[in-house]
Amino acid sequence: MTEDIFQGYKGHALEVMQKFNARVWAKVKVDTTRGIFEGTILPRAENTDDKHLVMKFFTGYNIGIDVGTITDIVELGYKKAVYKIPEKEFPYSKGLPSVKLLGTGGTIASRLDYRTGAVIPAFSPGELYGAVPELADICNLTTEKIFAVFSENMGPLQYKKLAVAIGEEIEKGTQGIIIGHGTDTMHYTSAALTFMVQNSPIPIVLVGSQRSSDRPSSDAALNLMHAATAAGHGDIAEVMVCMFGPTSDEYGFLHRGTRVRKMHSSYRSTFRTIGDTPIATVSRKGVVPIKTDYNHRRSDRNVKITPVFEEKVAMIYYYTNMQPDMIDSLIDSGYKGIIIIGTGLGHVNKPLYPAIERAREKGVAVYMTVQTLWGYVGMFVYDTGRDLMAKGVIPLENMLPEVAYIKLGWALGQTSDLEEVKKIMLTPINSDITPREPYNGYLIYQGGVPEVEDFIRKFHK
Amino acid sequence: MKQLFDPKRNYEETRKLVGYVGRKQATQADYDRIGFMSGLEVHQQLNTKLKLFCRCPAGVFQKPEEFDAELIRHMRPTLSELGEYDGTALMEFKTRKEIVYRISNTSACTYDVDDTPPFPLNREALNIAIAISVLSKLKIVGEVHITRKQYLDGSIPTGFQRTAIIGVEGEIQLKNKKVRLIQLSLEEDSCREVSDIGHVRIYRTDRLGMPLIETVTYPDFANPDEVKEGADYIRFLNRSTGKVRQGIGSTRADVNVSCRGGTRVEIKGVAHTSWMPELTHNEAFRQWALLLIKERLLKPVKDTAAWKIASKEVSLKEIKIDLPEVHKANKSTKIYIVNLPLFRGILSHFTQPGKMFADEITDRLKVIACIEKPNMIHSEMLEDMARDKVWAKVRTILGSREEDAQIIFWGPEADIKTALETIEERCKMAMNGVPNETRKSFENGTTIFERVLPGADRMYPDTDSAPIPLEDEVIENLRKDLAPDICDRYSQLKAWGVPPDTFTFLLKYNLLPLIEKCSGELEIAPKFVATLLGHRLKHLQGKYDAFRLFRNDMVFALLKFIRQRGLDLAIAPKMLRVLFDHPKMDFDSILVTLGYKEVAKEEILGKLPFLVKKYRETRTSGEDAAGHRWIMGSLHKLALGNISLRELNEHIKF
Repeated sequence: MTEDIFQGYKGHALEVMQKFNARVWAKVKVDTTRGIFEGTILPRAENTDDKHLVMKFFTGYNIGIDVGTITDIVELGYKKAVYKIPEKEFPYSKGLPSVKLLGTGGTIASRLDYRTGAVIPAFSPGELYGAVPELADICNLTTEKIFAVFSENMGPLQYKKLAVAIGEEIEKGTQGIIIGHGTDTMHYTSAALTFMVQNSPIPIVLVGSQRSSDRPSSDAALNLMHAATAAGHGDIAEVMVCMFGPTSDEYGFLHRGTRVRKMHSSYRSTFRTIGDTPIATVSRKGVVPIKTDYNHRRSDRNVKITPVFEEKVAMIYYYTNMQPDMIDSLIDSGYKGIIIIGTGLGHVNKPLYPAIERAREKGVAVYMTVQTLWGYVGMFVYDTGRDLMAKGVIPLENMLPEVAYIKLGWALGQTSDLEEVKKIMLTPINSDITPREPYNGYLIYQGGVPEVEDFIRKFHK
Repeated sequence: MKQLFDPKRNYEETRKLVGYVGRKQATQADYDRIGFMSGLEVHQQLNTKLKLFCRCPAGVFQKPEEFDAELIRHMRPTLSELGEYDGTALMEFKTRKEIVYRISNTSACTYDVDDTPPFPLNREALNIAIAISVLSKLKIVGEVHITRKQYLDGSIPTGFQRTAIIGVEGEIQLKNKKVRLIQLSLEEDSCREVSDIGHVRIYRTDRLGMPLIETVTYPDFANPDEVKEGADYIRFLNRSTGKVRQGIGSTRADVNVSCRGGTRVEIKGVAHTSWMPELTHNEAFRQWALLLIKERLLKPVKDTAAWKIASKEVSLKEIKIDLPEVHKANKSTKIYIVNLPLFRGILSHFTQPGKMFADEITDRLKVIACIEKPNMIHSEMLEDMARDKVWAKVRTILGSREEDAQIIFWGPEADIKTALETIEERCKMAMNGVPNETRKSFENGTTIFERVLPGADRMYPDTDSAPIPLEDEVIENLRKDLAPDICDRYSQLKAWGVPPDTFTFLLKYNLLPLIEKCSGELEIAPKFVATLLGHRLKHLQGKYDAFRLFRNDMVFALLKFIRQRGLDLAIAPKMLRVLFDHPKMDFDSILVTLGYKEVAKEEILGKLPFLVKKYRETRTSGEDAAGHRWIMGSLHKLALGNISLRELNEHIKF
């Protein structure tokens, strides 16, 4: 492949560059109707217009020049930038636990190419050690890239591959597993792995970052240290999500893979356990359990891997005036299971009833969860609920909608017998359904109230 | 044979060797001798309603102890271009600072604390920045690219400042020369520091995110006075738009200084331009002194790379020093003695007025090792804090030789390692000359170490913001409303015959538009208005506290009233005085307060023949001039506002 000397430039901008024989990485003097500009031509980012040339000024700042104003470009020099993450050998320390980091494509550690703005992921142990040297004091780390997809593109294929890879690691005697993951769909993956990998003797910790590690205030390094601590030294042998507790750099939470959800589009402390307390806190000093009923670390290598998933499962978020064709179209498209996210205690409107009846006739499994996220489905309370149950809708207690979707796909992957599926769905696995909601499981304080303001002032948010 | 070394004499001698002269005595020849060079980075807050990247109000401030919440961050160095951490990064990481942000709900949001991505850039701020760039004769970019500039000191919770170039390569015209401008950028302001003690640095987030422009000059200033002139020029230019903030902290400059063979040192956040001459003068000489120290060290030190300190922990029993700081400290405080081979005469080497090389070390111990001052004593102090016997013992323990110097320092156990590294590092730097650093300024013209100067590769594109195109049309529209050039403003003031001692005040508060308005609409001579403002108002402002309801534009209303009432302008200064004290008082009441009575001009003039006659009857002096004065005195109060004193004077005939 010939080298692209016009990286990212198109249309008008490309014509102007070709006209004046200008290329990316050339140091140039550009004559324009606004005066003379000197700098190095940079590649143009995707999804930007074709009206500007981007240059790096000698002070390090980037500026754009309107190609319409350019009257001449003279090349003064040329220097192509090449980027590489510095690698240092990850030191082996006798006595520290062996931890495996499985990569999925999320960039838990990365650096930014300061000229183009491109993010280069750091992944190999050497690269990670270069970025977060403290890891070497926590564990002996090895890494393996299973695949490279963005968080939003994670799906059944990846869940299954991950489950198999985890099984192999446990077989080999690895003492803890970290999974680097994008945060958007981390709680889907944590649910999938909880179902597909059961009775694990070691911790399986999913971790990500809300601020990429090219930023000095990134949460990535601390999250990674927390995850390594939980995976290598923690006693909780479950699938967990490890992310910031408060937004402050203080401690992380370990959330059960089945009770966790991303609750803010950008906060560091975005992951919360819903309807229960987190299972533990973690700092660099170690894991401090909050709950006592967890699976303890064991030294055997017994684990049950069930890497199956029926892809024809859908989740629909009920809204007022939803029409039955929304469900009909799913039935007609051959879907085998539907999770409804209903209002309040688990309701939908009457016009949907015929479609729901049709689903039952066609053998489609229909389950109910709640939009409120906190609380149980309560379909005995109102007529609507009782009507829906009579039409075959099965309430899923306090299972989170995303968890229900994953579990239904996993259950239908094992059997198409709807009674069998129902048994799997309603049998709690790792607290996907909890028998009771503790009083401190629902805490959403509202600001402005004096006692809450007092609390916020006293404790780091 | 021992202890013939006299630190006081050494200090004076080295001061002479440096050729230090006070600023008042210094001539251009002195600056040329040491190769004085300086450039400016002038920061100016813009007067917008909202912050730059979020919708918080700008200019709502909180007191240091006032906050609704606190949160904690640690800044980590990110991998730099060459795969090494740069100097600042390493230093900040060594200091292991816990950064605490104090947030007020009214002035900061989740964007400010880096929990929400930026909102689109504030257009009002962008337009002001473009207008000022055009005034500064800068070339306006075709597309604004928002860039991240890394700051690891925690002053910005993200760890970087969002900043963007609006124009490059401009110039300003000073009295005797043109100074070239490198660039003007639009950026978000940083947090205000509350305290920095030990390992905890506290900031408040009220100022954070407010729009700010930074005008950067080339190092074209050849002496300290030019630096001030340039800073004033840029400040006046910014203010001439009427769209920037005034008041404490709204204009701050970083001053870059070097001497020949020295290196760029940045004096941070100089709030008053009047401090600049002394600061730049002393910094250039400090660098000159450091170069002499280098020369002096390189003679005995053959292998600089192999040069090493020796150190040992001691107990108070071994080393009897009588320092309250050491005795006061708790049990975890460790005391260390350090030998600096071949450093005799270096520690007491002159660096700045009242400061010596040892101060460079103690400053770094505070900033890098986080050990509060006083943190050390040394063998070349002008007033020795330990007896000769103690130093003799220190030398014995360390096996020092005569040509060495010694330090005793103390601090928490956890900070000792960094402290020892810091001492050795600073001493080794002395063999290289002038370290790259930013320095904090003091009113007396001296500076102390603040941070290691960050490397050049700390600029990254902001992946959270899209570039903003700037079409010709936008720029042309802004150009239409531009204020005149500051150098033209100076010429205008001269042409009006305004006294030169008013120029700074008039330009600082951007009062020329007000003068023009008064002269245009009220037909009052610009010189009169300028003097009223530049002398009378300045006097009032200086004499009374700054926070008043009085606004400068009230002067127009006052003069308009005087014109409408047909009063003589001579009453204006008296009325201004009352108005300044009582900005809410109506103008008629002010006249009552002054005891003004409306009397026809003819009536006043009609009194003259009687007074002349009376003077002649009672005079004790034969001079008519004394008679003039006596009559003017008698009628002065009555005349005020009714007839000009000059006219009255002309009518007195003996």
